[in-house]
Amino acid sequence: MTAKISIQHVQKTFRIKRNLGHLKEVLQPVSALQDINLDVKQGEFMVIVGPSGCGKSTLLDLLAGLTKPNSGQILLDGKAIAGPNLDRGIVFQQYALFPWKTALANVEFGLETKGVGWKERKQIAQEYINLVGLAGFEHRYPHELSGGMKQRVAIARSLAYDPEVLLMDEPFAALDAQTRETLQSELLRIWETTRKTIIFITHGIEEAVYLGQRVAVMTSRPGRIKEVIEVPFESRTTEEDLRSNPEFVRIRHQIWDLLKDEVHRAQEQEKDKSLKATGSKSKVKGVASDG
Amino acid sequence: MANWGTGEILVRLDNDKRAGSNSANVLRWSIFQLSRGFKVSVAILVFLLLWETAPRLGLVNTTFLPPLSEVLQAWWRLLLSGDLADHAGASLTRSIGGFLLAIAASIPIGLAIGWWKPVAQYLNPLLELFRNTAALAILPVFILLLGLGETSKIAIVFYACAFPLLLNTISGVRNVDPLLIKSARSMGLSPLSLFRKVILPASVPTIFVGIRQAGASSILVLVAAEMVGAKEGLGYLIQYTQFSFQIPEMYAGIISISVIGVIINFLLVLLEKRLTSWKQSYSE
Repeated sequence: MTAKISIQHVQKTFRIKRNLGHLKEVLQPVSALQDINLDVKQGEFMVIVGPSGCGKSTLLDLLAGLTKPNSGQILLDGKAIAGPNLDRGIVFQQYALFPWKTALANVEFGLETKGVGWKERKQIAQEYINLVGLAGFEHRYPHELSGGMKQRVAIARSLAYDPEVLLMDEPFAALDAQTRETLQSELLRIWETTRKTIIFITHGIEEAVYLGQRVAVMTSRPGRIKEVIEVPFESRTTEEDLRSNPEFVRIRHQIWDLLKDEVHRAQEQEKDKSLKATGSKSKVKGVASDG
Repeated sequence: MANWGTGEILVRLDNDKRAGSNSANVLRWSIFQLSRGFKVSVAILVFLLLWETAPRLGLVNTTFLPPLSEVLQAWWRLLLSGDLADHAGASLTRSIGGFLLAIAASIPIGLAIGWWKPVAQYLNPLLELFRNTAALAILPVFILLLGLGETSKIAIVFYACAFPLLLNTISGVRNVDPLLIKSARSMGLSPLSLFRKVILPASVPTIFVGIRQAGASSILVLVAAEMVGAKEGLGYLIQYTQFSFQIPEMYAGIISISVIGVIINFLLVLLEKRLTSWKQSYSE
């Protein structure tokens, strides 16, 4: 079986400009991703989980074609990704809806770019609005919708132009717990209807196990793939209370174990970085030995 | 009237309880509207009343501040004679002309500067300097270069309007939410359609702030310019009536200018609400 998406030896470094108040700008090269290798199969739901600041979003930007890797390559259907294209759709954490467009017009946006005719566009957009359960809200502006509804619109917008791969960057992180659970099961339902390949990024372990057929665990910066875990449930939507299934609990704990040290290290890095930036080296040492 | 009738019948056909709450709602609504109308107009009414009574009671000299009723009579005479229309027409032609020219020039230039970041960084200090140079301080320069005719007046209005428009357009373009740009780029939009479909609509609210500032200053600057050198226009009317001691007519001119200013601002706010309706309704 050939991979739909193949990430091969991808490496990415940044030069981050940090401007902290009175201090002058510091240019420091930061290695965000180091030797990432991952294959995603056609129609697979792949979740990438990692501590904050591990380069998850950088990886997603690379997959979207918004930035280019320093070395290595990403193949989609065997061809290297050249730039952003409608064969990949992105859903962002902060929805990124166009506030001057209604829900329907937002969903139409990608279709417009694709060159779909006016009438057909309206019809397709309406279909996807219905698919995400927002029938009756198509003429509302984003500010008239709740966070969960906005994210539904964003999902509909990305699906409407029929991309082959759906990239999701912590899409439910800004939602409250109940809305998040509803949207998670909705997403699974949508995935089962559309059979899209989905790459879903999150820092929630439970979310990862609940959604993913496979979960790739990333290390703290520089981000690498630590391990890829299979989550062998047949159908998630028919299972009654999947989250209390012993197998579910076991896998969740396994991932938690893998992530524990990484999260700790990521937090230390974060502390270190902000202390270094304020220039007091002795203090850094003090805190480090405390922790 | 007919509508009212059917409305009443429908209310009566409804059950008592709902009819009761309906009429209570209507009552509450009309009280709300009345109190709102009162809040809006009370200060103006008190001011006008004071203007009418103070000269009549001898609190101020009637010669220099005639009562409101006399001013309104003078205004009516000016209106009937057609003088007011001529002067207002001349002023409006100049200010609207300069204003529209400024919009036509500043917004495209502002969009280009804002889009091209390095240019914006280099030009901004210069633009700030120009904006903070009072237009009237430059008026003599315009008169020297362009003479006393229409050109210098339209030019000064243009100058006064151009900078608020330019600066707001630039900041509008530069402050578009980067996430929206990222989202549009991820859908493979070309730079040109990115600009047309995302940057432009996203910067409309900020551009409108500039348009309103420009609208206000177009009148302010023009009147002053007309006082310096002109043969018609409201500024000229005020200046001329003061010199010839037609004091009620002078006040009539002043009132005309404030009313025109209020109307222009009102129209611009209305237009702004229409164009940015997607932003509204937080206040409700």
